[in-house]
Amino acid sequence: MFHRESGVYKTTYASDMALYPLPVARWTVASFIVLFAAILPLSLHDYYLSIINLSLIAIVGALGLNILTGYTGQISVGHAAFMSVGAYTAANLAVKLGLPFWVTLPAGGLMAALIGAIVGMPSLRIKGLYLAIATLAGQLIIEWVINHTPAISGGAQASIQVPRPTLWGYEIRTQGHLYFFLLFFAALAILATLNLVRSRIGRAFVAIRDQDIAAEIIGINIYRYKLLAFAISSFYAGVCGVLYTYYLGIANYEQFQIGVSIDYLAMIIIGGLGSVLGSILGAVFVTMLPIVLRLAMEPLAGLFFTAGEMSSVIASTRLVLFGALIIFFLVVEPEGLNRLWRNIRNYFRVWPFSY
Amino acid sequence: MRSGTNWLRAAAAAGAMAIAGSAALAQEKELVFGVQCDRTGATQTVGVFLCPGYHDYIALLNSKGGIEGYKIRVVEIDNEYKVPPAMEAHERFKKEGAVLHGLYGTPQTAALTKKLEEDKMLGTSPGFGTAAASDGKRYPYLFPLAASYWSQAAAAVEFAKKQLGGSLKGKKIGYLYFDNPAGKEPLEVLEDLAKLEGFEMRTFAVPSPGVEMGAQVIDITGRFKPDFVITHLFGRSPSVSIKELKGKGYPLSRVVAMVWGASEADIKAAGGFALAEGYHTLQFAGVGSDFQVIKDINEMYKAQGKGPPSQQETSVFYNRGVMIAALHAEAARNAIKAKAGGRPDSVDVKNGMESIKGFTLGGMVPPMELTPLDHEGGGWVQVWSVKGGKLTKTTDWFQAYRDVIRKHLAAVN
Repeated sequence: MFHRESGVYKTTYASDMALYPLPVARWTVASFIVLFAAILPLSLHDYYLSIINLSLIAIVGALGLNILTGYTGQISVGHAAFMSVGAYTAANLAVKLGLPFWVTLPAGGLMAALIGAIVGMPSLRIKGLYLAIATLAGQLIIEWVINHTPAISGGAQASIQVPRPTLWGYEIRTQGHLYFFLLFFAALAILATLNLVRSRIGRAFVAIRDQDIAAEIIGINIYRYKLLAFAISSFYAGVCGVLYTYYLGIANYEQFQIGVSIDYLAMIIIGGLGSVLGSILGAVFVTMLPIVLRLAMEPLAGLFFTAGEMSSVIASTRLVLFGALIIFFLVVEPEGLNRLWRNIRNYFRVWPFSY
Repeated sequence: MRSGTNWLRAAAAAGAMAIAGSAALAQEKELVFGVQCDRTGATQTVGVFLCPGYHDYIALLNSKGGIEGYKIRVVEIDNEYKVPPAMEAHERFKKEGAVLHGLYGTPQTAALTKKLEEDKMLGTSPGFGTAAASDGKRYPYLFPLAASYWSQAAAAVEFAKKQLGGSLKGKKIGYLYFDNPAGKEPLEVLEDLAKLEGFEMRTFAVPSPGVEMGAQVIDITGRFKPDFVITHLFGRSPSVSIKELKGKGYPLSRVVAMVWGASEADIKAAGGFALAEGYHTLQFAGVGSDFQVIKDINEMYKAQGKGPPSQQETSVFYNRGVMIAALHAEAARNAIKAKAGGRPDSVDVKNGMESIKGFTLGGMVPPMELTPLDHEGGGWVQVWSVKGGKLTKTTDWFQAYRDVIRKHLAAVN
């Protein structure tokens, strides 16, 4: 991730396929594991862990959307609805049948994958903006169905309280516990995506994105792979919804409305389409930046404004700054944070002897 | 170079002083109130008036020496009407050592209900969240404080009954509502009341975002022709409903709006007070500037050389902010008194909230009585109507059909 070889020295297929082409990469990953598994949870206050937790959930959703939009080139404006499908499936299973999270979580993902594949069917005939509108319709239909089906939504309030997940009789409830719970699934999602995109399926996705007719000619069944992309992507979204449900202790469709779909699209565009690291950076950027901006502004605004005025000033300024930063980063590097990071890395690859 | 180091030294000294100052501040007797607000999201039309009211009341208290010697520090987080920032806000308030959490927004209230209970943190959700939260046994740490949507619906029916001559038998009532959980919540109570009072009810759902309701209104005025209309709308949609009903010739004096369609801003957006003449609104806090506490706030601003805050023009929401702040402060006061001046924690403040009784703030707050069982305080509302270019009080505080509400509360499983 942080290091690159100085040339191509690969002599076997195995070394070419390796996740970690250099030994030092293995050490970087190992130190990251230590950082995230031990140092952060032991040293950070619950408040900061809660922010990381929100980012971890967002990472899972962003990865899923990036598989569809970034790798396969099919846009979806209905991902929040797939999250709600996962959330309500898991909530109903957990409450009505009393199933544990390791059953409800994949079940929520699978149900979302099924619905996602159905909503993705128009992608077999339409592309681009037209597909965006079709998935938008999917979002609204799913919202409406949940809102008007008490059997799914659990009544007029459309919210289902879910018991905390338990593991070996141990209840996962504090931010610290939830951190490990979410970290595990986020790491799993990252690993799965890394492996998916360098597999036969992943390469088929990329071929469809780059030129679907050419992909069909070289023997890729684009109908199958497009639906598969929708299904896999929605599976991630469903899991993201389930994680949300367990994190909050409640499934509520108002948390998964159209604005959230747009937020996730923003994440992957800011982070970088068609890249795993980009999804992570984008999710962290969109989740954390508003919070960081506020924390940075609070002491400053305190110097100039009264407590009452401060809240109003911060709320408005933060939106302006957040928007400005998004524009700034996209103007500096239209291909997102991932590309920016690669540019920096490439610059230092031969630094200081760049000639 | 020399001046540069001097400058650095001065900055370092200032920094050290600031740190020392904040440490000294923390040692002072201080209570932290955490409140969420929405100033930039879907319901900013409410938040930008409500939250300044909250801050102004707390500033007023602090300028008079705080509550029983404790100064109040408010930590506000703008949740943009989204759920993740609400979660962050809760953890932030915990970190700051807040003794209570002022919630904002129905999805946010739903998302945090469990957390509040786990963390033993008092949360207040006036006008938000589920009506079932009135039941203090089921929701020990959640306080709706204001009349729930069930109580509001019951009060609206009671008001319609009075306006229609004391009986609803054979009458027709239309219910025009926003098609979301909050909008649908009163349905079951209304259906019950329709059976009890013998009126015919028909519902008209307005899909989100609620700015287009021509078809529903034609349905109401052209086909159903009800004797009374109850509206339950949010955001920009109340003003659309006023305009549409007026435009189709329905008399606004036979329309009553529930609490989020009831502000001066809605009426102005619909075309002004002259157009909306007769429109009735339900209120859970007093309306207008004719209260001692508002005068005190304006005095405070005058002493600082400023005029009254502009947000008071939408007194409906501003006063609700003042009311919420006042109830928070009163709960804290009760808690401090119960501990004989000791520093209260969130559980103490919760107990303080549960002992609020006869606190009316000069008529701005209803005569509510909060108990460990009743976190709603009785479901009191007033009706204010548009008359002669302003909102005027039509009824005093009243509650309606409490037995029906209690039956529904008991039926929540």
